[in-house]
Amino acid sequence: MTRTLLTGNGAAAWGARLARIDYLPAFPITPQTEIIETLDGWIEQQELVCRLVTLESEHSMLTAAGAAAVTGVRVFTATSSQGLLYATEMLYTVAGWRAPLVLVNVSRGLSSPITLEPDHNDVLAVRDCGFLQLHCATCQEVLDSVLIAFRLAEHPQVRLPVLVNLDGFALSFTREPVEIPDQSTADRFLPPFRAGSLRFRAGEPLSAGVAVLDGSTYSYFRYQAHLASLQGLAAYEKIAAEFAALCGRHYEPLECHRCEDAEIVFVMIGSFATKAREAVDRLREAGERVGLLRPRLLRPLPVAHLRRALAGKLGVAVIDQNLAPGRGGVLLTELAAALHGSPDAPPVLAGYVGGLGGREISSEEFFEMHREVRQAVTRGENPPPRLLFTGEELRAVRKLQQVARADRLGQGGEQR
Amino acid sequence: MIPPGRQHLRELPDRHCLAAGTPLCAGCGGLAALQAVCDLLGEKTVIVNAAGCLTLLAAYPSTPFRGSWLYTAMASAPAGAQGVRDGLDILLDKGAIGTEENLEVLVLAGDGSSGGMGLSATSAAIDRGLDFLYLCYDNEGYGNTGQQASAATPRGARTATSRGPQGHPGAKKDLFAIWAAHRPRYVATVTAAEPLDLARKIETARNLSGPRLLLALAPCPTGWGYEPAEGVAIGRLAVQTGLWPLKEYVDGRVQHSKIPQPRLPVRDYFASQGRFAHLLRPENEQLLAALQDETDRYWQEVEEHA
Repeated sequence: MTRTLLTGNGAAAWGARLARIDYLPAFPITPQTEIIETLDGWIEQQELVCRLVTLESEHSMLTAAGAAAVTGVRVFTATSSQGLLYATEMLYTVAGWRAPLVLVNVSRGLSSPITLEPDHNDVLAVRDCGFLQLHCATCQEVLDSVLIAFRLAEHPQVRLPVLVNLDGFALSFTREPVEIPDQSTADRFLPPFRAGSLRFRAGEPLSAGVAVLDGSTYSYFRYQAHLASLQGLAAYEKIAAEFAALCGRHYEPLECHRCEDAEIVFVMIGSFATKAREAVDRLREAGERVGLLRPRLLRPLPVAHLRRALAGKLGVAVIDQNLAPGRGGVLLTELAAALHGSPDAPPVLAGYVGGLGGREISSEEFFEMHREVRQAVTRGENPPPRLLFTGEELRAVRKLQQVARADRLGQGGEQR
Repeated sequence: MIPPGRQHLRELPDRHCLAAGTPLCAGCGGLAALQAVCDLLGEKTVIVNAAGCLTLLAAYPSTPFRGSWLYTAMASAPAGAQGVRDGLDILLDKGAIGTEENLEVLVLAGDGSSGGMGLSATSAAIDRGLDFLYLCYDNEGYGNTGQQASAATPRGARTATSRGPQGHPGAKKDLFAIWAAHRPRYVATVTAAEPLDLARKIETARNLSGPRLLLALAPCPTGWGYEPAEGVAIGRLAVQTGLWPLKEYVDGRVQHSKIPQPRLPVRDYFASQGRFAHLLRPENEQLLAALQDETDRYWQEVEEHA
């Protein structure tokens, strides 16, 4: 075991290295590129025996990844944002092939407008593609989750691809102290990949991805993937427990921070949840009974865990780092559906959209959300959904608009 | 060098790899080319398929193939071939499988995929030097959806999206030249109506490694408008009129494997199919003459460079 400073991207690469990946189909995209460059460096130094192939697009990258996985080798790949969406057709397809590969997504906001900064619209856009989803908040968790993801993907009752998500910039380029497990520990945790009967070999003809021509057969196979995903919850808990026994780090499906006696709970995914964690600690110091719930596993959604963790709470503030135009936040909808019908569900479920395109969420905003949810509890009604956006920000944007207009006039444009 | 081929039809394999009773249209020219490829490649093949008519060959729970099959998507079959090839090579390198378990990787795609959305993945697979064989069945339109015009539709042809008095206004994209410009190992045009030429090119391709294309003209009774029994005659006419030159690119050079002598008028080919019927009308006399000119010029250049 070594303790060192690693970026989130470095941690993802270390996870893949310790997993002894065979194959790395790659395509560069900011902020993910450091992952494949790091692995490529190790391959060139012969510290890692792996074949790296740069494809011409993420769509092809995922096709090659899935095809190699169903040929029977251990496959790792990584992308971000536009790349994930460009590959979306193949995400659904390789999940249907039951290709047990691991994909790291370094979250970044989607175009347009085009940006490099993080939010979760990319990873939530592929929420229903059949990949299991693990969401990380620290660099350590990124490394550990990649190892856990391979066990989960290759679990005989699951056998589905797994996506490990980390936030661009906030984690991808942020150095944190990370414990790197010894290779022997990683090997004990993750044995070599056994493809079973799903593999291409001469003399063992296999047809994969074949057409079905009727709804019943289609329903059957699609639902099989759903059931396999649901089995992923129990498998995850067992695998995470084994990991904890070996490495001492516990990764429950939900991270609950000071939730037990909390009345008000923040719900968030990803690294921005560490901001909520700090705000919770400060509110606790001020005597407020408040906690943080961070789903680590989003697919399968740990519904029973969510209900249990939030049972009897007075109010919940869901902070969505994504925006579903015409609806609001994706997590709010997911959580509302999960809690619906639960007899002791919190009476107040407030939705906030914040952190879009890497926009900071301040402690004061967490305090304000807490205050607002408390008021709503007293009043007995849900507050309307809100965007975290200050008057000062609006003034700054107005200034930019003035500059843009002035530039246009300066170039001979006419005032309208 | 191009090896000599078989001289008689009786020398072709009499044991067929592909099972009968597929759901494809009667008289499918693409299936006929695929049959020859399967017979000569044998069972140790994995077909990586792109969306098209022949995707329906493997429909759960049946497959006509003795080898393996992976349906990918319309745009990325060559990338699927990359993944399978790399996976097999990794296993061979590790000693996890023996060479007897190895497979030839065959991409199977129509002209819609090959000349359109699959072109980027194809180009990249060639420049990576991927060891694979690519069979494009060219029925000159999006056949599986009812023959809309594709990049491979020839000028003048009527399709579901070019029903005007002069048919399709565009020119057929030259996939042979596009492949050859990448300097791959091998490119050949073929058609099932010329079985000896086809067999020789399949065997040539099989014995080479690297990126290899067999571009098969695939007469399509439903899309082109003719009776299924006429398919072979139409394939022959395409060659005899000089509209479908049989050629190959190998070692940096293009050679024609058959020079039609005498070369029949293109009108004979157009007269054989409903999709060209309007070309024979008096008001399209000029267009017909232009199409004949185009073909004449092609062969004149071939002669000049011979």
